[in-house]
Amino acid sequence: MPEHHVVLAGAEERPLTAIADYRAAGGYAQLAKARQMEPQQVIQELLDSNLRGRGGAFFATGRKASFIPRDSAKPVYLTVNADESEPGTFKDREIMLRVPHRLIEGCLITAHAIHSKNVFIYIRGEYLAEFEILRAALDEARAADLFDGVTVVLHRGAGAYICGEETGLLESLEGKRGQPRSKPPFPAISGLYASPTLINNVETVATVPKVLELGAAEYAKIGPPDSTGTRVFSLSGNVARGGNYELVNGTTLRELIYDFGGGIPDGRELKAIIPGGSSTPILTASEVDTPLDYDALTKAGTMFGSGAIIAIDDRCCMVQLGLRVAQFYMHESCGKCTPCRVGTRWMVQILHALEDGSAKQGDLDLLLDVCDRILGKCLCPLGDAAAMPVASYVNRFRKEFQEHIDHGACPYGGASSLEHVFAPVDQHHHSPVAAEVPV
Amino acid sequence: MSLVTEIQEIAAQYPQSRSAIMPALHLAQKKYGWLPREAFEEVGEALGLTPAYCMSVASFYDMYHLEPVGTHIVEVCTNISCALVGAQATLEAFERELGIRPGETTADGEVTLRTVECYGGCGWGPVVAVDQRYHEPVKPEDVPRLVQDLRNA
Repeated sequence: MPEHHVVLAGAEERPLTAIADYRAAGGYAQLAKARQMEPQQVIQELLDSNLRGRGGAFFATGRKASFIPRDSAKPVYLTVNADESEPGTFKDREIMLRVPHRLIEGCLITAHAIHSKNVFIYIRGEYLAEFEILRAALDEARAADLFDGVTVVLHRGAGAYICGEETGLLESLEGKRGQPRSKPPFPAISGLYASPTLINNVETVATVPKVLELGAAEYAKIGPPDSTGTRVFSLSGNVARGGNYELVNGTTLRELIYDFGGGIPDGRELKAIIPGGSSTPILTASEVDTPLDYDALTKAGTMFGSGAIIAIDDRCCMVQLGLRVAQFYMHESCGKCTPCRVGTRWMVQILHALEDGSAKQGDLDLLLDVCDRILGKCLCPLGDAAAMPVASYVNRFRKEFQEHIDHGACPYGGASSLEHVFAPVDQHHHSPVAAEVPV
Repeated sequence: MSLVTEIQEIAAQYPQSRSAIMPALHLAQKKYGWLPREAFEEVGEALGLTPAYCMSVASFYDMYHLEPVGTHIVEVCTNISCALVGAQATLEAFERELGIRPGETTADGEVTLRTVECYGGCGWGPVVAVDQRYHEPVKPEDVPRLVQDLRNA
């Protein structure tokens, strides 16, 4: 099966960064159409298309939009989450680089649907080239009088994974430290500046014009019923051809890794697959025929997540993988909830002990116990994002973890692909958890 | 235009001026190279916030430098996708070429080296950002030329 371009359509030959090129490819026609429609009709189209959010939670886009009160006395805000930071994920970046106007068109259509006059696009600070392209595209769209009274503010972040979490993002956008809020109230009722706020991912928003163009019924025919449409899948790790591939949902991991990605290089064997970004539970190589859709991945005990697939070959030590993943979440923990702040640090300490051969038998169960005491016990999913994958490495590769204890050393003997990787958590002075007394 | 005026113009885009603190800190950092006390005083003055508050926000985010850094910054991603395809070897090539460890700055104050978490270039790793511009992929053999370009910049 070839790639199926919906979100990236028209940008195969060259990026559609110029408004004239985007218009020549049919761009902004759906905005004109949407503005002739009643806002509720637009939401109905989204509901009928069964489009679900591409940020990671896969929540029904139309349903989320319908939570915004229609008679709000306060202003209604649309906030686009372009803070793409889940390790392994680089699809929103591709969308902003190749079809920035489709994102803008999606913003303006969505703003119409929820009666919003104020749009904020929160883009991660590191995406400087993407920021510049989007800024230029916004200037072009503004000059072409497409905004119709809507203001669009492009807001740069400054390096914090947690600002991809919707309430952390709102805090950050309000000029505070990006620490998540407790819910309820949900952003649809009390979000940015305590006003009704819809927060959608870049890919979700950029899909909206295509849903209107194809019509909800036609869009819903693409892919399996629970996961309609396409996704821009980010493929990385030990594959011959990493990159973004827009495919119909339901394509198998095998097709993505072998047909599109060219398989595992250097004559190595596939060992494991991270299917939806580093926060999702791992799959073994024997599960490579699992389809990339919500139901199939849930049934396999993992998650669709951000659509980021990381292929891992047989050179990788699973304890080292767990350590590096735990180090990331420890570094990015905002420090607000104790189970996450202390638990991620504790996980790192146990994984270090396992890797250097000093762990005792009870430490393996202790590690799982720590994971269990983080899961579901924090205000936001960051703690879960550390606990779920690491617990899955232990459960699926328990023998390998046990070998570290039995041999008092890493069985890879220094030859693992993740040997001695230097993590930022060992370097920074300003991490919110760095000064904490070790547990 | 003074920094304070420039910040106030940006602040006018937002319903509440405090929202402009992040662009303001980016601007102040551009002026000073990092965020010294004066930067927080100016940002605070422009937005009606205390310098202490501005610092508390800045310290949350990785891209704001609370200590002086080199004229150039080399950032090597060592998150899993990049690490699986050799980011550590790339990092060590920079360490050799620059004679410093991650987190350090060369004695002439020219280059700071640091490792960073996922920069979103996973499929084309190892990703290295030089003064915020991405290079993908960077193999150890590419490092001497990159450093030379920096020295000549």
